[in-house]
Amino acid sequence: MSKESAAAAAFAALQETAQQNWAGLREKPLILIGAATCGRAAGALNLLEEVKNELARLQLDANVLEVGCMGHCYAEPIMVIYNEGFPPICYGYVNEGVGARIVRDFLTEGDPGIEFALAALEPNDMFPTFADFPRGIHENKIVMEQCGFIDPTDINHYIATGGYGALVKSLAMTPEEIIDTVKSSGLRGRGGAGFPTGVKWETCHNAPGDTKYVICNADEGDPGAFMDRTILESNPHLMVEGLIIAARAVGAQKGYVYIRAEYPLAVQRVTLAVQQAREKGLLGDGILGSEFNFEIEIFQGSGAFVCGEETALIASMEGQPGLPRYRPPFPAVAGLWGKPTIINNVKTLSYVPHIVKNGADWFKKTGTEKNPGTAIFALAGKVVNTGLAEVPMSTTLNELIFDVGSGIAKGKQFKAVQIGGPSGGCLPESAMDTPIDFDSLTRAGAMMGSGGMVVLDEDDCMVEIARFFLDFTQKESCGKCTFCRLGTKHMLDILERITKGQGRPEDIDVLLELADKVKAGSLCSLGKTAPNPVLSTIKYFREEYEAHINEGRCPAKMCKDLTAYYILPEKCERSCDACVGSCPTEAIYDNEDRIKVINQEKCVKCDSCMVACPPQYKAVVKLSPPHLVEEKEKEYREGKKKWQKK
Amino acid sequence: MAEKVTIIIDGQKISATAGEMLLRAALDNGIYIPHLCAGGEETGHPPASCRLCFVEVEGRPAPVPACTLPVTEGLVIQTRSERVDGLVAAGFELLMSNHRLDCKNCPANGSCELQRIAKARKLRLKPKNLPVLDKNLPVDDSVPGIIYDPNKCVLCGRCVRACRRSGSGVLGFTRRGYQRVVTTFGDSTLAESGCTGCKECARACPVGALSQTD
Repeated sequence: MSKESAAAAAFAALQETAQQNWAGLREKPLILIGAATCGRAAGALNLLEEVKNELARLQLDANVLEVGCMGHCYAEPIMVIYNEGFPPICYGYVNEGVGARIVRDFLTEGDPGIEFALAALEPNDMFPTFADFPRGIHENKIVMEQCGFIDPTDINHYIATGGYGALVKSLAMTPEEIIDTVKSSGLRGRGGAGFPTGVKWETCHNAPGDTKYVICNADEGDPGAFMDRTILESNPHLMVEGLIIAARAVGAQKGYVYIRAEYPLAVQRVTLAVQQAREKGLLGDGILGSEFNFEIEIFQGSGAFVCGEETALIASMEGQPGLPRYRPPFPAVAGLWGKPTIINNVKTLSYVPHIVKNGADWFKKTGTEKNPGTAIFALAGKVVNTGLAEVPMSTTLNELIFDVGSGIAKGKQFKAVQIGGPSGGCLPESAMDTPIDFDSLTRAGAMMGSGGMVVLDEDDCMVEIARFFLDFTQKESCGKCTFCRLGTKHMLDILERITKGQGRPEDIDVLLELADKVKAGSLCSLGKTAPNPVLSTIKYFREEYEAHINEGRCPAKMCKDLTAYYILPEKCERSCDACVGSCPTEAIYDNEDRIKVINQEKCVKCDSCMVACPPQYKAVVKLSPPHLVEEKEKEYREGKKKWQKK
Repeated sequence: MAEKVTIIIDGQKISATAGEMLLRAALDNGIYIPHLCAGGEETGHPPASCRLCFVEVEGRPAPVPACTLPVTEGLVIQTRSERVDGLVAAGFELLMSNHRLDCKNCPANGSCELQRIAKARKLRLKPKNLPVLDKNLPVDDSVPGIIYDPNKCVLCGRCVRACRRSGSGVLGFTRRGYQRVVTTFGDSTLAESGCTGCKECARACPVGALSQTD
């Protein structure tokens, strides 16, 4: 028996066990509960307990599984029930009490409780599936296919759904064949830069030396981004399989998963996945009876954003301070401990098993020629359906935000979308037809980044947004090189002044000049891209900067120093004291007409009165610049005088 | 014997050792390129952190730091161009915005690398467009013969590497971003840190942040 067929035979045995285990689940009703970090934050663990208690109370027999996240984070906690005679149904917003009720009605009376259902998971004639909604039309799940549908803590589920098949296939391929497949698939690194993965692998493969390393970069740190976390928590084996195949391709014996320690659940699930893979003979010495040896170790990052930069990541693994260094040499030639090393993002590695299994041509069918495959975005901010979405490259921003994300929350007006995290930029309405791919987004002044997308509405001040992101990069700058350390500091100081109403006429020009130099002069990509949020907001929203500087006015009424709260006398319902009770500083009093007035000296602009004022009155408004309050008050007094004369 | 190559810097033909960094080759041939972090006799991977030694390389789209450019046959370099001057001026102004300027009373007056750069590139020592940031950190004179004024430090790291070479290794970088500073373990004074008083750091410092009193 040849080595390859021995591996295939060994794997067939694993598959049989896995499939028995998987089929066994469906012998009883099966209940899945989305318990990734997003689900847990929404109360998934309480739901889990509630469902288990209800099953015990009713003495019902069902399998209950904790699964990951399928991307519909907005509707969390989420529950899926497979019940004989019905299509599998996914329920959303399963809050306290609802879970027990659905389980009770469905499993005892056959009432699926469609009022709580989001969608069915399989086509049927009673209830729409996700594919019937605008979101479903755009969604195309490759990496996220099994996320939320399998137990991430059970390797059998992954194997039963086709997992590790690509590894077996790759064992029968030469390293060159694997690299060729990845190269011709056109896969580009999903960490942000979009470098062709196959080229990186080839460089590492051709680099001299017997000791080589592969590293999975899971140091996700962009504000508002949670793609890698969700994938690792929902289907860690996909990345593990990708990493093993990468090792086989470049000739590495050791791999690391660099996960930030702030992702404890992801760390736990990846650790378990590696352990299970080892127990099944998919890791370790002589993988599946072949001559290929490979081990994976988990390395927890200690919370520095810059450690997502590959040279800083390596430095931190070597026990050095996490500072980037000048390239070349590139890590693919001299990386960890000076050995050839490839570092790939979680998503990049998660595509690899699919590409190896289905071939390069299959992958190229999705997306565009230069940007094949899908893009995975974490939709956050003022969008209705926050969560994770996987759509083909070349889907437009418009489609992603308004179809997949269902538009802007609370009926507000869309203003901009911040893409690519602190290295990315803000794109306005006019850029909404931009197709999502590495090149188009860069041309528009943003960046693909690793997939963070923060949607902004009319209440968001673009100067403040730029300040927020620059504050982040400035704090996370390692401080090694002059431009990033001091350039971002000066830029931040200027932005802070502007948001406080102390802007100077020359500020915009100084910002542009500094931004240009920081981009050109910085050592690593953190500095080279740090000015992007400032540049893109000046490019598209210059009038907002000018309003702050020249008029002391914040158009979005977000900057506290440029905004004052005011109660419209004509709208105030005199006998209602809602605002008075809500004010923490007792700044609201009755005037002689029993109309509520805000003492501006005492007001701390906490927004409580605006929230407290009943929606039928909507009497509390924000005014910018703040001196408008005096004018309004004067107007009111004069109007009253006139009325009294009559 | 390493291979010799011919390169052209500002129209001048120069013979250099293949693979050595351009900055070194230029300095050895009497062509001055502003620099702080690349110290005299140092070898190894360049820190490339001061970002002052930018030059134009024929065939490259943007200026590159001379300290990280290995010399190859036929390399054509311009040490000055509008873009280079712009970057150097901006980098220098940034550094000067965070350097306590007190030349008259500074022991490095006359031998200061910052003064040299300002003179060579006709730059102002006092920043023109940027406000001065002063962290107001305490001056350390705990070891006889050495004064360390972190407010003058430009974070080039030469002292850190000199201290390591001397065998003491008490100096290092801590903190990040704007807070990055050269200090000792636990921010103790030099005297408490195990400093042997060899003054290698003061000899390495290009700007008078670390200086000898005798």
